[in-house]
Amino acid sequence: MLYALKIASRYLTASKAQTALLVLGVAVGVFIFIFMSALIGGLAEFILSRTAGDISHVTIEAEEIDPVLLLALPGEVLLAQETASETADLREAAGFIPLIEALPEVRAVSPQITGAGFLRRGTKVAQVTVTGLEAGRESAILNLDSYMVEGDARLRSGAVLLGRTLVDDMGLALGQTVVLQSADGVEVALTLTGIYQIGTGGGPDRRMAYVSLPTARTLFAMPQGLSRIEIKLFDLYAADAVTLRVEGLTGLPATSWTEDGAQLLEALKAQAQTGYFLKTFAMITIIIGVASALLLSTYRRRPEIGIMRAMGASRLFVVGVFVTQGALIGVLGGLSGAVLGYLALLPFPTRDAFRSGTLPMDITQGSYGLAITLTVIGAILASILPARAAARVDPVTAIGQ
Amino acid sequence: MSLLTVTDLVKTFGEGDTATRVLRGLNLTLEKGQMAALLGPSGSGKSTLLTILGTLMQPTSGAHVMLGVDLTTATDAEQTAFRNRHIGFVFQFHNLLPDFTALENVIFPTAIREGRETAAARRRGADLLTRMGLAERIDYPSTNLSGGQKQRVAVARALMNAPELVLADEPTGNLDRASALQVMELIGQINRDEGTTFLISTHDEKIAATCTRQIIVGDGQVTG
Repeated sequence: MLYALKIASRYLTASKAQTALLVLGVAVGVFIFIFMSALIGGLAEFILSRTAGDISHVTIEAEEIDPVLLLALPGEVLLAQETASETADLREAAGFIPLIEALPEVRAVSPQITGAGFLRRGTKVAQVTVTGLEAGRESAILNLDSYMVEGDARLRSGAVLLGRTLVDDMGLALGQTVVLQSADGVEVALTLTGIYQIGTGGGPDRRMAYVSLPTARTLFAMPQGLSRIEIKLFDLYAADAVTLRVEGLTGLPATSWTEDGAQLLEALKAQAQTGYFLKTFAMITIIIGVASALLLSTYRRRPEIGIMRAMGASRLFVVGVFVTQGALIGVLGGLSGAVLGYLALLPFPTRDAFRSGTLPMDITQGSYGLAITLTVIGAILASILPARAAARVDPVTAIGQ
Repeated sequence: MSLLTVTDLVKTFGEGDTATRVLRGLNLTLEKGQMAALLGPSGSGKSTLLTILGTLMQPTSGAHVMLGVDLTTATDAEQTAFRNRHIGFVFQFHNLLPDFTALENVIFPTAIREGRETAAARRRGADLLTRMGLAERIDYPSTNLSGGQKQRVAVARALMNAPELVLADEPTGNLDRASALQVMELIGQINRDEGTTFLISTHDEKIAATCTRQIIVGDGQVTG
């Protein structure tokens, strides 16, 4: 089919302006495809990093301690004990951490002690959820380091990290001392060594207090054991499978993030489907564009097709000429669109530098190879109809035109 | 020795009341090496006969045998391959491919058979163009040639695959007298030198006089 390639290229170069417009049209379609891939992929990455990316993917948590049963006697009141004041613990869990860390899917492990407490400074009191983290693993799950606005995320002994909103509410400043009291009444004086800002005011910025693991042990009277172990994975979609492995490995109850994150998963799937629709429409546009242009070319070149047939060109040869034209347009348009798309994505921040307020375009998710391959296949498919029409040209009537 | 024979050839266009029978049981035999003129008034069926002999159209009925091959029963692919190898065409209008040079037009029939432009094909194409007096125009775009030059390129193209039969439909119809005689002289020379059989449809008595045989067609039949 070398000769069909020569004729196809000659036809394309013979009408340079028309070919350039056609290739440009295809390139724009490919550009949209790549742009949408980078945007949808980047957006998913961004959402994940800001939601599931900052949470534990698999959590081993101590089972709730059942409240002590109080038998009601005739004429007396039955009282239920509040579970919030009781800290459940995993007594032997620390020994499993090296085993969990050895799993290939595991990116980080964070042993924690959690409980409820009150933060007090002068007359101001705030209820907080206290999380004790191991030094050196402060950013293992929630990337505290990336949210610090003052001080740093290192949890030294006697240090506490608080959110911006809580700090403002309490009228605190970096380096000042606050008193943290557990629900059991244990008090410790802590120095504010870091202020973080995760959201826009509520949630973690108002209600969380991070302390070191030894401080948490003191607060919650837990000389040994842990409240929970949080595990972060390389592939968060592998959480369900890893949860089963962890349970099998440790015999401890583990929970996958997908149990609570089903809605997020649905949203991400819906977003991906939107992307598929947009990319499909881009492909359909390319196919219609190529097909209509080649149909016009077939009509315009009817006499020449008639001459070729009269000179002994088979129908297959004629099909080959037009399909090759389609393939060449696909290759040229695909490559041009891919280059355009890549260049257009270059100014956007890389995936590691995504920040709120910037468009989360991920240049690495442009699906360049897929875009080029689909374009070439699409252009070839688009050329089949015009090629078949060309092959059916009657040489006698075509030459007589 | 006969090159082709057609027997009781009938060609009808349309159906029912609108049917037009153009060929009415035409019989014809062409011998190898003949240079025959096909004469007849407009609508006598000359062009239809040439089209059927060139395997570009199937007859309604009758037999068409060339080089021992029954072409009425051949498939489209077989007819296409046969046409490429054994039949050359020269049309009234040159019908060159406009985006190709003179040489590329000439070697086209060989290139589609070989799947590429071989060096041997280029050499033969250049030789043919030189014989046609177009040595200086080999690499000219076909659109830059004069009418007479284009028709000579078309003759060279018809001869490229050394066909046994060349069918020419009013090959000088669009040319001035000088160019017409030049083209006919070239055709006569090739007929004499290579023994290629020519069947030339023409209205021009002077052109017909340069041929060795005159076939007169009237009312869809050979009348003389």
